[in-house]
Amino acid sequence: MRDLETDLEELRESYTSGKTKEASWRKSQLNGLLTLLKEKEKDIFNALEHDLGKHYAEAYRDEVGTLTKSVNLALSSLKDWMAVKKAKLPLPAFPSTAKVFPEPLGVVLIFSTWNFPFGLSLEPLIGAVAAGNAVVLKPSELAPASSSFLATNISTYLDKKAVKVIEGGQVVGEHLLSYKWDKIFFTGSTRVARAVLTAAVKHITPVTLELGGKCPAIFDSFSSSWDKEMVIKRVLGGKFGTCAGQACIGIDYILVQEGYAPTLVELLKNGTVKMFGENPKETKSMARIINKQHFSRLKNLLDDPSVKSCIVHGGGMDEHNLFIEPTILMNPPLEASIMTDEIFGPLLPIITLKKIEDSIGFINSRPKPLAIYAFTRNETLQKRIVSETSSGSVTFNDAVIQYAADTVPFGGVGESGFGSYHGKFSFDAFTHEKPILSRAMISEFWFRFPPWNDNKLALTKKAYSFDYFGFVLVLLGLKK
Amino acid sequence: MAVDSETKKVFDAEAAASLMKDLRGSYASGRTRSYEWRVAQLKNMMKIVDDHEQDILDAIRADLCKPDQEAYIAEISIMKSSCLRALGELHRWMKPEKVKTSVTTFPSSAEIVSEPLGVILIIGAWNFPLLLSLDPAIGAIAAGNAVVLKPSELCPATSSLIAKLVGKYLDSSCVRVVEGAVAETSVLLEQKWDKIFFTGSGRVGRIVLAAAAKHLTPVTLELGGKCPVVVDSDINLPVAIKRIAGGKWTSNNGQACIAPDYVITTKDFAPKLIDALKHQLEAWYGKDPLESKDLAHIVNSHHFDRLLKLLDDDKVSGKIIHGGQRDKANLKFAPTILLDVPEDSLIMGEEIFGPLLPILTVSSSDGPASNEPVKRFVPTVGPLFQTGSLFRRQNNNVTFVDKLEECFDMIISRGKPLAAYLFTNNKKLKEKFVKTVSAGGLVINDTVLHFAEKTLPFGGVGESGMGSYHGKFSYDNFSHRKSVLYKGFAGDASARYPPYSDRKLKLLKALLSGSVIGVILALVGWS
Repeated sequence: MRDLETDLEELRESYTSGKTKEASWRKSQLNGLLTLLKEKEKDIFNALEHDLGKHYAEAYRDEVGTLTKSVNLALSSLKDWMAVKKAKLPLPAFPSTAKVFPEPLGVVLIFSTWNFPFGLSLEPLIGAVAAGNAVVLKPSELAPASSSFLATNISTYLDKKAVKVIEGGQVVGEHLLSYKWDKIFFTGSTRVARAVLTAAVKHITPVTLELGGKCPAIFDSFSSSWDKEMVIKRVLGGKFGTCAGQACIGIDYILVQEGYAPTLVELLKNGTVKMFGENPKETKSMARIINKQHFSRLKNLLDDPSVKSCIVHGGGMDEHNLFIEPTILMNPPLEASIMTDEIFGPLLPIITLKKIEDSIGFINSRPKPLAIYAFTRNETLQKRIVSETSSGSVTFNDAVIQYAADTVPFGGVGESGFGSYHGKFSFDAFTHEKPILSRAMISEFWFRFPPWNDNKLALTKKAYSFDYFGFVLVLLGLKK
Repeated sequence: MAVDSETKKVFDAEAAASLMKDLRGSYASGRTRSYEWRVAQLKNMMKIVDDHEQDILDAIRADLCKPDQEAYIAEISIMKSSCLRALGELHRWMKPEKVKTSVTTFPSSAEIVSEPLGVILIIGAWNFPLLLSLDPAIGAIAAGNAVVLKPSELCPATSSLIAKLVGKYLDSSCVRVVEGAVAETSVLLEQKWDKIFFTGSGRVGRIVLAAAAKHLTPVTLELGGKCPVVVDSDINLPVAIKRIAGGKWTSNNGQACIAPDYVITTKDFAPKLIDALKHQLEAWYGKDPLESKDLAHIVNSHHFDRLLKLLDDDKVSGKIIHGGQRDKANLKFAPTILLDVPEDSLIMGEEIFGPLLPILTVSSSDGPASNEPVKRFVPTVGPLFQTGSLFRRQNNNVTFVDKLEECFDMIISRGKPLAAYLFTNNKKLKEKFVKTVSAGGLVINDTVLHFAEKTLPFGGVGESGMGSYHGKFSYDNFSHRKSVLYKGFAGDASARYPPYSDRKLKLLKALLSGSVIGVILALVGWS
């Protein structure tokens, strides 16, 4: 812990020296990340395979590839992002100029989590260094190979005096929280989020919370088989193909009209076999459950007899290999844990409704999720979903893909969090937009100051209502 | 009406829960979402200010003895312009923002849709009791939320007037006022809000943050800080003096979060500055400021005593060079100037929020022509400065830029204030100031004015707060910007899906790097 104090002091000094504010420093850090992602790709794949049994194609698609894209965007946009922006001013403010100067917040703390241990560590880091901050990153101890990789390599490829990785679990996390930070960026569970927010009170530290929730997928009927094939793949990819369902934006459950449910189940079953084979236990294309604790948690969700009887596909578990096969359930009870808690695993409940439009009411009676998915071509339904529900984001006819988009903010609302990032939003998350009003020192409007009288008040009223003509009349004594 | 009788009953936890239930019900009905509803509320908000201008001025005068003109400029006119701006811009603000999408999500289209957060709690402050309750409410209502306002209890006349007028003019099913003090605020804070907007002190701000943490509620805090004014010598003094003195004493007699807290200037320039200040104060408030009707009073005896304590501090004895007159019975306090108070004095340890202006000096540049090292002993300006002699400069012509620049570090070491001000014509000094000093906002060659500027975000950073508002920033503050992505069916890279392979990895690399060839292959459905 003594080392921690020294580390933090070094970070503060680095920041105070002003070096992290320089465009050249920021570029060098981003380039360092780019080089790291390229040169150490194999090591990253190995770490993810070790921690989560992730296939390297998935690791590239969801982590290395998206990170590379993000770093490149930051590098090419940095000048724009750092630029001082002019703000318009109305005439009474003349002669003045107004600008907004983006400045870094200072020394920031990033808490990452275990399911996308590289992505969720480095995406915020990209924003933090692009914005000119000094950074501490605390990766999740539940993904030890990834955490260790970051601790070793970040200090090699980036400026170790201004960007530090501190490994550890809850104790280290709590200890870090006892210090003063200029911003905390947290990805994780709501339980820990509360502890982070409470710790942030002492120094009035602004926080971004990227949490989760039960992300529903509304499944409408499709007539064309092309459409059907396409969306089934996307649904399966968005559930079982994304870290075996252990993703904050993974599809949690499906809502479908009861008449269409049997068709859907068949499509899903066939699709699952196509993706993961007849014997999914042997597939290398599906991630493992992170650890025994989460494995037990998921097992318990299914052990409930009223839930077990709803399994229509899969259900097989291999505790030794921490593997759960893609599992589909039909209408488990809504009070069961599988329907009240975020699943975060490869169990896919299908809930049937009388009408697909009922999905809106269903979703609204539950906490606001990080994402809502809707597979439909029905534009009326689409419009209703956007205007009548609330969630971090809405994606039509695909799932999870919004993670790769950098022109829209990625973040939650309500129980799914607050604040956002990705693209320029990452830069903004670690920036204070400082307004600067600059005035010329020519003569001052006398009516701005005491001693007060009616005439001055009249002039002020005219000026503030931009009534220039009236202003002149009062000035000339022709009006009261 | 219903609101009046409610405010007479005790507002306890049960009442708070019931209030929340009502508002949640109203919000869920969708009432607040329509453009028409929002416009109707904003128009009525405008009516409140237009039709009851005199009532408002009377209430503020009763609470704070603020001169009408000050209340008009600082509260009524800003309220009016906020309403007008919201009414004029609402259509544009409510439109979804279409954005480009990249090759990675091709084919797709995307937009960002602003939606209300839900039910908002706004806690107002006492120094601008109308503005700091109703101005945030304008933003919250424009953004389509249901709102509860808790005006400051330290201004009972204004609080009561707000309750009455909001009850009369706005939709009580969605906009309510709860009057009260600590007890009422505490039960309100126990509820789960979709956002809390707080203006006030850091101490209470922390209480709000802690309560919000339990429900993961996002918070905007508009706090304060010690706003410094750095004054160079090469300036148009008559104009600058009006702006400095105006920012201090015509802003509720210094009781404003963005009022200049203290001044830093050079030892050489200080006498001129002080002299000009003294003259200006006399011109505005006469020989006996306690007799002037143009000076706002101190809000209550608690704050009056707090200010007295700052002056009674042993460390500042002998440092008062102007003013100091006070009348506790009438809560009047004259503009008071102090010179070179010690860094560790009480007055330099907290936000003053009153008519006391310490002036700190840094030593001047007109050092001896000889080759002797220039002694730079500045005991008044804090631990970052070294005592004793500095290294001898090349030609002993240490410029003003060097001197005043050093005080920027001192300012930063005190934490980030809500605003920082600089008076200078020196371009380099301006640039260094902007680059080095972090504060909620900066103004060069004026004070406080940025508050009125709706195209600039107004808010703090670090200890001075989080979040911002005014103009569109108000609308955004109370909105959730929701990403909406529409994905097409035209094609898919099967490389995205299991079962994975080396070949798929290659295609994914092409796709994610934005390679056009990669995209073509994907469209053709290469597998």
